[in-house]
Amino acid sequence: MATKVYVNKEVNVNDEGFLTDPSQWSVDIAREIAKEEGILLTPKHLEVINYIRERVLKGETISMRSINKSGIVNVKELYELFPNTPLKLACKIAGVSKPASCV
Amino acid sequence: MKNIVILGGGTAGTIMANKLRQALEKDEWNIVLIDKEKTHYYQPGLLFIPFDIYKKQDVIKPKMNFFPSGVDVIFSEIERIEPDMNQVVLVDDKHIKYDILIIASGTSIRPEQTPGLMDNLWYNKIFDFYSLEGALALRDFLRKWEGGTMLINIVDLPYKCPVAPLEFAFLADEYFTKKGIRDKVKIKYVTPLSGAFTKPRANKMLSGLLEEKNIEIIPDYYIERVDNEHSSIVSYDNRELNFDLLAIVPLNMGSDMIERSGIGDDLNYVPTNKSTLQSEKFENIFVIGDAANLPTSKAGSVAHFASDILFENILSFIENRPLKAHFDGHANCYIETGFGKGSLIDFNYDTEPLPGTFPLPGIGPFGLLKNTKMNHYGKIMFRWMYWHLLLPGKELPIEPLMSMAGKCEKC
Repeated sequence: MATKVYVNKEVNVNDEGFLTDPSQWSVDIAREIAKEEGILLTPKHLEVINYIRERVLKGETISMRSINKSGIVNVKELYELFPNTPLKLACKIAGVSKPASCV
Repeated sequence: MKNIVILGGGTAGTIMANKLRQALEKDEWNIVLIDKEKTHYYQPGLLFIPFDIYKKQDVIKPKMNFFPSGVDVIFSEIERIEPDMNQVVLVDDKHIKYDILIIASGTSIRPEQTPGLMDNLWYNKIFDFYSLEGALALRDFLRKWEGGTMLINIVDLPYKCPVAPLEFAFLADEYFTKKGIRDKVKIKYVTPLSGAFTKPRANKMLSGLLEEKNIEIIPDYYIERVDNEHSSIVSYDNRELNFDLLAIVPLNMGSDMIERSGIGDDLNYVPTNKSTLQSEKFENIFVIGDAANLPTSKAGSVAHFASDILFENILSFIENRPLKAHFDGHANCYIETGFGKGSLIDFNYDTEPLPGTFPLPGIGPFGLLKNTKMNHYGKIMFRWMYWHLLLPGKELPIEPLMSMAGKCEKC
């Protein structure tokens, strides 16, 4: 399995750079991943990311619609925070696997 | 006398009714099945209707033909489930008690959830192919259409039968070619996924086929609304695409009855143990087929494979034994690729579709991730198997759990 070093910590990643073990994640790592993607994390970003982590770690699936219903951001705002491929990007920064609803 | 109540008489509910009625003593267990509709649709067949391959009568039969004797069938809308009272309430306020509940209420398309979709272009230039009405209206439209831009768009995930819109694209390519107007039709495949399919190897194979057939893929596209005036769709990031014909896969959601019962997620799917198929919350409730939130395809093959597992676990539950049967998310999908050929994918929660032969190693007769005539015959023969073997709950020559035999990981 591939590994990558963020803020002096080695983490396991898949070939698309998604963390394979969400427990290795930290906010500092999130900042680094975001930077690679050209995003400067704001408190709003973190609110979305924490929501995604909470849902995914409970074993629930995350979708555009569930984020829309979260009350944190609507889909338009999600696109502004995480441009082009918001769901994938947000999951990547949140240190969880690619949205599992994609079967 | 004890009660098993099954909600839904589609593929999953019908198989369970047949299996359980055969196994359980009639003087010990009453089986009640509740459904609102009297017609059973052979859903894989709907795809063939727009292209004049199947007729209406090829895909519908009365549900009653497939329920075994000794099952009480109630045709009614369900108001809600009251899990704490172990009862189901019907719209006429009739209460039905259960000892075990099986939720098999499926998923359905919700075109009303996308703004502008059901406006004046609906069934005029915009069609779904997941309902009989939609498939027939699209057939009538295509018979007269002389060409233009056709968009195939998937609104969101998950949706029933993930390969169906791809098959639709391939069959459309063949249809327009045979009609002699392929050069006048632009086909664009517009998807929220990052490619034709989610899993890498199947994606490569299917993207290759789209390219070969001159079908353009527009990935990572989330539709926000339909602009009826400009005859276009608009994404959340404001990408506008014009169309002369839009074949849409609307948002899919589980039954509203699940929402009224307060036991579903955002899309009305019931949180379900992906291995035992027991509800995450209520130990005497089990969920099968599209109604469950399982991380696998919403497809008839999954419901069919899961039925063997659920059957075993319900018998264990009745006898107070631990639930030992474990589902692996096995899915098996024949993919029509046009011009009398087809492909086949076989996968589960953990293993992506791999190349090889199926079901017999080295022999087949079907080729996994290959494009062959034999795979197409497999799909055509399947309709007979569906009505005569699968729905009645008879043994099929395929094991419920996925097998690695015949698959090649390094190919």
